Amino acid sequence: MPELEINNRVVSFKKGQTILEVAEKNGINIPTLCYLAGAAPTGRCRICLVQVEGSDRLLTACDTPAGEGMKILTDSPTVRNARKTNIEMLIASGAHNCLIMDQSSKNWTENQSKIMGQPWHNIMCPSYGDCRLQDLAIEYGVRADDLELNYEGHPLDDATPMIVRDFSRCIGCGRCIQACNEIQVNRAIPEPYGPRKDHSQGWYPLVDYDYCTHCGQCVQVCPTGALFEKKAFGKAAANEIKKVRTTCPYCGVGCQLWLHVKDNKIIRVSGVENAEPNHGRLCVKGRFGYDFIHSGERLTSPLIREKDGFREASWDEALDLVANRFKDIIKKHGPDAVAGVSCARSINEDSYQMQKLFRSVFGTNNIDHCART
Amino acid sequence: MTNSFSEFAKAKMFFVIGSNMTEAHPVAATFVKNAVMKGAELIVADPRRHALVDHASLYVPIKVGSDIAFINSLMHVLITEDLYDKKFTNSCCVGFDELKAKVMEYPPERGAEIAGISVDLLKETARRLASVKPAMLCYTLGITEHSCGKNNVMSVANLQMLLGNMGVECGGVNPLRGQNNVQGACDMGALPNVFPGYQKVVDPASRAKFEKAWGVKKLPDKNGLMIPHMMEGLVDGSVKAFYIFGENLANTEPDIRHVEHCLESAEFLVCQDIFPNETTRFAHVIFPSAAWCEDDGTFTNSERRVNRVRKIVEPPGQAKPNWWIMKQIAKRFGHDWKSDSAKEIWDDEVSVLAPSLSGIKYYRIENDGLQWPCPNTEHGGTCFLHQDGQFSCGLGQFMPVDWTPPREVPDAEYPMVLSTGRRLYHYHTRTQTGRSGGLNDLLGEETADISPIDAESIGVNHNEKIRVISRRGSVEVKANVTPRVPKGMVWMAFHFREGNANWLTNPVYDPETLTAEYKACSVRIEKIFKKKGRIPFSF
Repeated sequence: MPELEINNRVVSFKKGQTILEVAEKNGINIPTLCYLAGAAPTGRCRICLVQVEGSDRLLTACDTPAGEGMKILTDSPTVRNARKTNIEMLIASGAHNCLIMDQSSKNWTENQSKIMGQPWHNIMCPSYGDCRLQDLAIEYGVRADDLELNYEGHPLDDATPMIVRDFSRCIGCGRCIQACNEIQVNRAIPEPYGPRKDHSQGWYPLVDYDYCTHCGQCVQVCPTGALFEKKAFGKAAANEIKKVRTTCPYCGVGCQLWLHVKDNKIIRVSGVENAEPNHGRLCVKGRFGYDFIHSGERLTSPLIREKDGFREASWDEALDLVANRFKDIIKKHGPDAVAGVSCARSINEDSYQMQKLFRSVFGTNNIDHCART
Repeated sequence: MTNSFSEFAKAKMFFVIGSNMTEAHPVAATFVKNAVMKGAELIVADPRRHALVDHASLYVPIKVGSDIAFINSLMHVLITEDLYDKKFTNSCCVGFDELKAKVMEYPPERGAEIAGISVDLLKETARRLASVKPAMLCYTLGITEHSCGKNNVMSVANLQMLLGNMGVECGGVNPLRGQNNVQGACDMGALPNVFPGYQKVVDPASRAKFEKAWGVKKLPDKNGLMIPHMMEGLVDGSVKAFYIFGENLANTEPDIRHVEHCLESAEFLVCQDIFPNETTRFAHVIFPSAAWCEDDGTFTNSERRVNRVRKIVEPPGQAKPNWWIMKQIAKRFGHDWKSDSAKEIWDDEVSVLAPSLSGIKYYRIENDGLQWPCPNTEHGGTCFLHQDGQFSCGLGQFMPVDWTPPREVPDAEYPMVLSTGRRLYHYHTRTQTGRSGGLNDLLGEETADISPIDAESIGVNHNEKIRVISRRGSVEVKANVTPRVPKGMVWMAFHFREGNANWLTNPVYDPETLTAEYKACSVRIEKIFKKKGRIPFSF
């Protein structure tokens, strides 16, 4: 196998691997921002820069093929300085006011009040504490004092029910485009640098709603607070969230979900990366169809029919009534005079229990569910 | 599914028939689209030009209910042109001669005529199918929801065996299951003929095993009733007490008027659910139950993978886990069941009693789930079935079948075909999606999807209300005029009570599976005139 050197360590690689893949395989961390697993690397954000001996410029690790005998430095002062400059440029490109908030600056009050006066900016950025750009800024010691933030004049798209697209925080990384075109293949966010009517404001990954399925994959991959979920806005800070893995309650694919939970309530849902069967992907129902459990219309008490309506009853009364009626009917008409339909939505253990009840207690095989439809 | 979702992204060829995957199984569809981007072939056969067709290399617009004739003719071409897998059919299958004799009755001209396609397209489909190996065949309810549903399934299995696409990675027969846990409910024996793990109730050895495990003297020895017969039993009085757990039968079964008559006839009806719905109106007692996220447990997906479901919150008010409710009823009959959590039920009962699930225990599925068969705790699960042509009964059995038309076909009075299904933004009767913020804004009412030609012929515009009428009933609903629907077809869903397709659907069933013919009945459509009085202007 061919070999190369990363940070003076000799490692082997397979032909066709990128520098980033070789580094990852060997436990060497190269920071990335625009890189999206499962999509073709674009090298757009230039955060994964590395120094390769013999090259007169820094190279992006995500899309540079590994070569025999390469000598690569991933964390040299040159590399770190270049990354820092690139992060500064990204922060200056929009309304990334979270760092200013922590720091002193002569224009602090003016900047904050201008940004907070914009729609969806009245509270902390929805990605605060869970933002790739913020993490990098902190790691590379970026101070916003010296930066002139370009926070005005960006488009805002909040016309659809689920997602807000606040381009004042978009860093143009292109991950949403790749998630839409290459992962979900909905092709609702056209490729960058294509024809747009108006480039004067810069380029933005705008959505074509004739194709959008509102799956929210773009939100899941957004590394900043540019794309966020309406229903979750302002509900919880990142450090208040507990993540619980579960299985989606809708179709038979069985996607794996992270429930983002605060105070026993689902704040939002995301797909579990690197998990079978969905590898982080979700559809509109899986991502946004969670809040029915918190509905005020839930049944909360056993109910017994009375004339034209129902009255609340205790569990003992309701269970006794059902057991007695079933006993009577079985005694009078035999066990096959009772029948039951189980639930294809509920857990296995419930269906097991129900067929056991019908077979071993009632004495009938009259148990079915919507198996064939 | 004989195979797995993880194989989709690397498959070389798909044959998708009767599956609106991008709406009904959107995430599965993403992997098919990924494979197509990498060069895989995708053949879609469907009456509707649904969104997956946009990615297909070949689209075959077969008529509703023509599947068997179409597939028999495909096999006719494969055999006469010597394109089938002789090695596989000889060594792994039985009944080839009988199959051949049957499909010889379906020359391409016959299948093409019934399916409403050209002979050339039919031949092209067969040749392309044979050109790439293996091919994954995927289907959904477009195959099963017919009065010939079982034969449709036999037919697609025949085709895949003839092509030698069984027992291999990226091949197989793959029905995408509708509900999150319909696979699991089957595996658990919530069926009238089998115990958990598909052990037959008519088999004395199986009964003896479960009698011992459950500590009872005698388990019933004949198969029970399927849902449609239970409903009939409510009317004729042979079924007196009916226990409905988590199903909104009043909206999901064909011919709502008839279904409601059945439910009304119950002497004693128990409903156990998370919300009041159209069905609970008929109950004598309603039990409030724990919902998703309010109980620990497992779901089994289409690819037979047993996944964990986790609790994050207590059920509201007095609501209780479903297994707890059933345990309390058993107790009142003098049965003291030991298991006191879903984990105990699975680890101590289900996985002990169902051989294919023996190796699946909660501690093994903390992260990714395991796919059955998983016979022991060392076993890593099974991605695809029938490996190396080993079928559960030994050899693969070809089952020659004849085409039969839908039970109701268009005529002068009802000249159009109504076919039904599900849409992206809602799930079934909306008990869940209708109460999840935003989804009603994405889709707020039912529509009848019709072709521009039919819209023009009755003089209606897109989004204008029309009347759709069948022999069972009539609904007023907005017309969604779309070129994705062919002339002569109306396509509707059953998510909304108002404009629900099941006011119209035909309660006729496959004779063996008793699956209703949701995919085909006859209707006519009318423009609604604003002035009073109805002008019979119909197409």
